Amino acid sequence: MKVELTVNGEQVAADVEDRMLLVHYLRDVAGLTATNVGCDTTSCGACTVLLDGESVKSCTLLAAQAGGSSVTTVEGLAAADGTLHPVQQAFREQHGLQCGFCTPGMVMAIVSLLRENPNPTEEQVRSGLEGNLCRCTGYHNIVKAALAVGCLSGEESTAAAASGSAE
Amino acid sequence: MDGDRAGAVGNGVLGSRVLRVEDQRLLTVGGTYVDDLDIPELAGAARVTFVRSPVAHAMVTGVDASAARGEPGVIAVLTGEDAPPAEDKPMAEPLLATDRVRFVGEPVAMVITDGRYQGEDAAELVSVDYEPLPAVASLDKALADETLLFPAAGTNVIAAAGAEDSTGDALFEGCDVVVGATIMNQRLAPVPLEVRGAAAAWADGRLTVWASTQNSQIARFQVAGTLGLPPDAVRIITPDVGGGFGAKIGADRDQIAVGWAAKHLGRPLRWSETRSENLVAMTHGRSQRQDIRIGGTSDGRILAYRMDFVQDSGAYIRGDYLPGLTRLMASGSYLIPKVECSYKFVVTSTTPIAAYRGAGRPEATAAVERAVDLFAARIGMDPAEVRRLNLVPPDRFPYTSPTGATYDTGDYVAALDKVLAAAGYSELRAEQAARRERGDRVQLGLGLSTYVEITAGDGGGESGRIDIHEDGTATVFTGSSAHGQGHDTSWSMLVQAELGIPMKDVTVIHGDTDAIPTGTGTFGSRSLQLGGAAVHKAAGEVKEQARTLAATLAGANEEDMEFDPRTGIWRVHGASGTELEWGKIAGAAGPDGLTADVMFTADSPTFPFGAHLAVVEVDTETGKATLVRHVTVDDAGTLVNPMIAEGQRHGGIAQGAAQALLEEVVYDADGNPLTGTLADYAIITATELPSFELLDSQTPTGINPLGVKGIGEAGTIGSTPAVQNAVIDAVAHLGVRHIDMPTTPQRVWAAITDAAKEGAR
Repeated sequence: MKVELTVNGEQVAADVEDRMLLVHYLRDVAGLTATNVGCDTTSCGACTVLLDGESVKSCTLLAAQAGGSSVTTVEGLAAADGTLHPVQQAFREQHGLQCGFCTPGMVMAIVSLLRENPNPTEEQVRSGLEGNLCRCTGYHNIVKAALAVGCLSGEESTAAAASGSAE
Repeated sequence: MDGDRAGAVGNGVLGSRVLRVEDQRLLTVGGTYVDDLDIPELAGAARVTFVRSPVAHAMVTGVDASAARGEPGVIAVLTGEDAPPAEDKPMAEPLLATDRVRFVGEPVAMVITDGRYQGEDAAELVSVDYEPLPAVASLDKALADETLLFPAAGTNVIAAAGAEDSTGDALFEGCDVVVGATIMNQRLAPVPLEVRGAAAAWADGRLTVWASTQNSQIARFQVAGTLGLPPDAVRIITPDVGGGFGAKIGADRDQIAVGWAAKHLGRPLRWSETRSENLVAMTHGRSQRQDIRIGGTSDGRILAYRMDFVQDSGAYIRGDYLPGLTRLMASGSYLIPKVECSYKFVVTSTTPIAAYRGAGRPEATAAVERAVDLFAARIGMDPAEVRRLNLVPPDRFPYTSPTGATYDTGDYVAALDKVLAAAGYSELRAEQAARRERGDRVQLGLGLSTYVEITAGDGGGESGRIDIHEDGTATVFTGSSAHGQGHDTSWSMLVQAELGIPMKDVTVIHGDTDAIPTGTGTFGSRSLQLGGAAVHKAAGEVKEQARTLAATLAGANEEDMEFDPRTGIWRVHGASGTELEWGKIAGAAGPDGLTADVMFTADSPTFPFGAHLAVVEVDTETGKATLVRHVTVDDAGTLVNPMIAEGQRHGGIAQGAAQALLEEVVYDADGNPLTGTLADYAIITATELPSFELLDSQTPTGINPLGVKGIGEAGTIGSTPAVQNAVIDAVAHLGVRHIDMPTTPQRVWAAITDAAKEGAR
């Protein structure tokens, strides 16, 4: 069946198997391989993307279900001139990544979390990340990165957390 | 900002919190893991799907692949009959099972298809006839030797050691107090976020395997050996690797099978397993049953310690080094006059066991740290005080333990005292006493562990080569291999520090056996102390060559040439206008260029040490334990990049806390895994952990020129017993003496309940 999506601001269309998962559409059809598959039970969150601005696990959605929607992956976060999104920048500054495999999903989950709650407490960050697994960092610096973005002053913080997506 | 230092030139870079050079790419376009490869050599690659045994132990009496072969998109179905035979030894592991399967998840056949979903469909249609045999799903079943997994071996026992030296009860002569327990160090799943994967292509008489591995060079010999190819005919390329934790050492069976199948079919192949496959077919870790006994004086001196343990190997021998490492480190950080340790190493009808973060040392540490707490509880002394009395004192280094490990440097008492002071230990004990006095529902537990561990214990070396180019940039080729540890950053820092070439002008290459045929790779926390030291050594050799070249260029004597590592500039002493940059010097080198290719081998391993204090709260009505604080010293010698070292500690602490609190691979009596998905295996999440409180301590080693020890596994080794001891401490006043890991609510609640019944008698 034909599935058309907007991915990071670009139109993508392809004839795919009915059962194709959104994550495989992003990786194999759109050629965007930053979004990873880490499990088969919707447990790990490595495949987290924004679907019309809301974070979803793209392994648990058929591509067809996302037809007509706008998807943002981590490839769509940084500005065209390469300037990192505040969440990406915070991950770098706080050493919030090691092997990098969970990172794209983790970053997207935090972008979504900060849109809903621009100044979260540590407890709120931790509970917001329950669906995203990391085996390298012990979550310590990921939480620190999320809090560092959350601590950006006032409106700037809200604007920063909401900016950068290409949807 | 700290990261600006990365742009600075010269000395001062070592020891600073330089931001990672890897991150820009990983954060914007993502890494290139093996399943992401989009390269001409893999154009049109077919997909591999394994057919795996659904039973723990059975004879395979037939494989019918005809239905699968008729499915659309199916290119081939390969079975054990097609594959090369297993080695001719009693407990050999085949590539694909032929006559017998020995664990749930064992590969039986490979389905090769055009697309990924077709493979899963077709694999369902491969019909395998299994004639069930009794499972050997416990250590007791294995030791009983009634059902043999390898009848030709005549026993399930792979190896045994130490029992012949046992002095029995005489070991504890002179002790006022002797306590003991039988405890389990449970089986764990490593769960790197990237599952296992490989791609392979056979062309022009050479096999290239792209593998998610920690060790390309080791993988090359494994693939070549299994396939009967000369090593030159095999190239291993390691792209980005999404975590390993010991479970990606070398090439594993399924990866080798993918390489074999690509050669057999003459067609490029890709394989990436599912997480459910990963949880049953990637190696597991730990799984020891330990009998511990400790004795000493009633005023706190430990005089004797014995540990006799059974190491589970799973169905095949993948981790033969594990029990020896546990035995080597049995007495931990303590000066105990008499120590004995024996083990039996057995096969069971379960997933094979191999290295998992710590590999043999967390097991040793967990045992002795429990023993010390049992002893402290029995004599009624604070466990911190018992430790202080018995730790190897600073004036005893180098210290050779009764089991033969020579600890290089350390100040164990200082590490303990630092943690106690920073945590406010006496205030915490007062708070605990108040809660006990009030009979609070939520009780406080304090758990200590003072550990020493062995890193780079394999006795090997590591390769390092530096090429200086005519544009003044440098390329480093390292036999070491990163999967999150930040080698590109640290190795570039070492080059900048020694040669003054800015980090941004240094390219680090690893994980390609054509570019780096000699090397070992990453395990046992060996990277920086061997691979980093090799880069340091190569830089030194480059500098000596450069001195000669610079002298010739300047028309001066070599001894008059001076080098400024801050700027990377050579000049004739006292003569302005004689400045020479690296590019110019490289241009004057011979046809081989300005290059040094070295192997660094250390004379002995190094022994990081530290102290952990875990603070937990236990809800005595539900049994739920919550880790609320974790304070540590992890001394790994000199730090090259403290930020990276802290990251290693964080991850390590979390994995140790995970073992203590939550994680366990469980089998039923028939050998069926009950934790086969991430919905069942209780991998630790952000909600179950606090932020960690790390204290700085750097005691250099003299074993390598950088003064560094390994830091990859220390956090796990230290945190596991600290958290377990804390949970037990929280309910000790209710009569609880021990709770096996993981200290789940059910176990804690049962321990409280049992102790209450015991007390009522």
